[in-house]
Amino acid sequence: MLQFLYEIFPYALAFTAPILITAIGGLLSERSGVVNIGLEGLMIIGSFAGAITLWAITKNAQPGDPVTIWMILAGLLASVVAGGLFSLLHAYASISLNANQIISGTAINMLAAALALFLSELITGSERLAVVTGVARVDVPGLSKIPFIGELFFTKTYFTTYMVLAIVFVVWFVLMKKPFGLRLRACGEYPQAAESMGINVIRMRYIGVFLSGCFAGLGGGILVLTYNGEFTGAVNGLGFLALATLIFGQWKPWKVVGASFFFGFMRTMSTMARVNDGLKSLGLPQELYKALPYFLTLVALVIFSKNTVGPKALGETFDSGKR
Amino acid sequence: MDYVIELLNITKEFPGIKANDNVTLKLRPQTIHAVLGENGAGKSTLMSILFGLYQPDAGQIRVRGKDVKITNPNIANDFGIGMVHQHFKLVEEFTVVENIILGLEPKNKYGTIDIKSAAEKVAEISEKYGLRVDPYAKIKDISVGMQQRVEILKMLYRDAEILIFDEPTAVLTPQEIEELLSIMKGLIKKGKSILLITHKLAEIKQVADECSVLQKGRYIGTVKVEETDERQMAEMMVGRNVSFHVDKAEAKPKEVILEVRNLTLQGNTKKPIINDVSFDVHAGEIFCVAGIEGNGQTELVELITGLKKQTGGTVKLLGSEIQNLSIRKRTEAGIGHIPEDRHKHGLVLDYTVEQNIALQTYYKEPLSKYGIINKKEVRKLSEELIERFDVRSGKGSETTARSMSGGNQQKAIIAREVSRSPMLLIAVQPTRGLDVGAIEYIHKELISERDSGKAVLLVSLELDEVLDVADRIAVMYEGEIMDTVLSKDTNENELGLMMTGSRKAGDK
Repeated sequence: MLQFLYEIFPYALAFTAPILITAIGGLLSERSGVVNIGLEGLMIIGSFAGAITLWAITKNAQPGDPVTIWMILAGLLASVVAGGLFSLLHAYASISLNANQIISGTAINMLAAALALFLSELITGSERLAVVTGVARVDVPGLSKIPFIGELFFTKTYFTTYMVLAIVFVVWFVLMKKPFGLRLRACGEYPQAAESMGINVIRMRYIGVFLSGCFAGLGGGILVLTYNGEFTGAVNGLGFLALATLIFGQWKPWKVVGASFFFGFMRTMSTMARVNDGLKSLGLPQELYKALPYFLTLVALVIFSKNTVGPKALGETFDSGKR
Repeated sequence: MDYVIELLNITKEFPGIKANDNVTLKLRPQTIHAVLGENGAGKSTLMSILFGLYQPDAGQIRVRGKDVKITNPNIANDFGIGMVHQHFKLVEEFTVVENIILGLEPKNKYGTIDIKSAAEKVAEISEKYGLRVDPYAKIKDISVGMQQRVEILKMLYRDAEILIFDEPTAVLTPQEIEELLSIMKGLIKKGKSILLITHKLAEIKQVADECSVLQKGRYIGTVKVEETDERQMAEMMVGRNVSFHVDKAEAKPKEVILEVRNLTLQGNTKKPIINDVSFDVHAGEIFCVAGIEGNGQTELVELITGLKKQTGGTVKLLGSEIQNLSIRKRTEAGIGHIPEDRHKHGLVLDYTVEQNIALQTYYKEPLSKYGIINKKEVRKLSEELIERFDVRSGKGSETTARSMSGGNQQKAIIAREVSRSPMLLIAVQPTRGLDVGAIEYIHKELISERDSGKAVLLVSLELDEVLDVADRIAVMYEGEIMDTVLSKDTNENELGLMMTGSRKAGDK
């Protein structure tokens, strides 16, 4: 059993990181009052930007030339910027033009997938874009030697996982402790009240959506530069999973961490079932493992959604005259 | 300094309506100045201009003798003008102190919000002005009266010197109103000046020093409150004689329309919310359920109309049991309902007047045929009812309900319910938050229903209304009916005693 956990944990952690950072992005958008169903599309844009940037940097390199950490960081930075800029479309449509936020988000998803593939074809001549060398898996020096915990959390890890956790901490701190966070949350709960206190609701919501784009883009970048290793024009529903995580985590940063790890763990288990000797020896049909994460997700959502209360003004366009 | 605020010859026009026509208003320091007018008279527009939400088309604003331009609420705040909105602008999930500091958060040396020092400052201010609040309570957990104190604290926290109260008592219980009025008096003693927007004459008489009256956007005049009386102010406001007393003939009760027997509703608490209630309502009478808010009146009506399910007892309408029927079946059996919360249960606020008017009958001929709504017929009905019930609004049938004044929203509901001529009309606090003109209208409408042989079940918290309008009165206390009396045989004292559960009529 312990051996099984040791095997599965590093993968689960790696899988969790892109979901978590995307969900945290979604949290910022939704806490400001804007539904962001476009997370999937923003992740795609992020993964494309990350992959193409690394491709451009390394395309003239000779075999054997090292891929430095700076190149990878440049790729991730491109993901962040691309995701952020792309999300402004959603912000403009749903905040400035008062469009329906679900429809605008859906449009983002459709546009992103098509645009990324088109650009990939145009620039590289291929719809698939392999990343030669991505982020390396390393044992954290020192910490990985701690019994049990070291094996679970600090072996064969990507540095991006810790980066994501650091960002979550910062988001939590700003959201719950800083004046900015109080104002952002007020915009999601009762924007008219925020406005009457001199807060610029439109600006706060733009910031919320923009940050969600940056983080979802980063999620896509991490995905493609870590275990996916290839841009294919899709992120396989991870963006929607992040959205489910957000609801499951009741729009609270630490609960979202727990929820995304739950989803990450379940998904990893279903992938591992094919190769893991321990799971194979149980002799259960593969389909069961495949279905398990979705089934458990459904069960969990049914149980927890009963007392799920999102931000009050979530999804409402802002009308300052509304009583 | 003679005046802290001077609004001189303000004119503001909206498409199709002159909301303010050459209005002048001057507020003396450390006084309470009431702004009186019916719904739609232009009070709110005038205050919005002062608060920077609208720009006047013509006229001057002076603050402490200086000409100023107020282009947004932040500028108004900078001049020390604060407003308590009629619909509280409070974030329910936040604590009291978080709501107060929002937008002006004190920070500690790490750049985080210093909740502790904020709470101390809030406590200090509430101490000074006698506004009891718990700084760490969440808004959703405190009473409406306390929420209003939070609104006041928001302004005081920002050092506002001139306070605008927009219909502050509309949502309060009688006890909370008393408390608010004494808070207001305390505020002016401590150097603040107050503009009080209202249409409740008794409150003006009680606290205001001066009163300016608006009528349909026009400025009628300013009077010293101590030199006038309620009747005179009402006449200025409405432009004609107003009868405070309701004229009605003796009731001629006939057969029983509604028969309630042993009705019980068990809630989560040990004591039932409705405890074994029985009464009859006859054709040709107005039967009133009186009592202090929260003694089961709301639930009683919900059981009769079908919004809640009883745990025991029967309700008969015209002799047949209805307590297990659906709401629509009950409506069709002959119940008209003017609900307590007209925004939640009375209207679909984002629908137009005609859509709201069609809500109870849209599925029947002539409004629809073969399941398709005939818009022409809907419009015809709506125009007819708007005319008959004098529902006033900007765009007639096409006005959205949300944009109408409370009085006209209520008229639209009454039009819809009364026009179906139900045998039983249930009206729950039908005059809450309305001005004298509208109240007079609604009382007349209830009485004319009675005189046409219908049964009327009225639920009211206002003793004046209970005594004036009702023929028979049942007083509810903690889910039980204490006693039923004829209105001509009782008085405010007796009813007041029964409402507090201290005595049943008869055991003298």
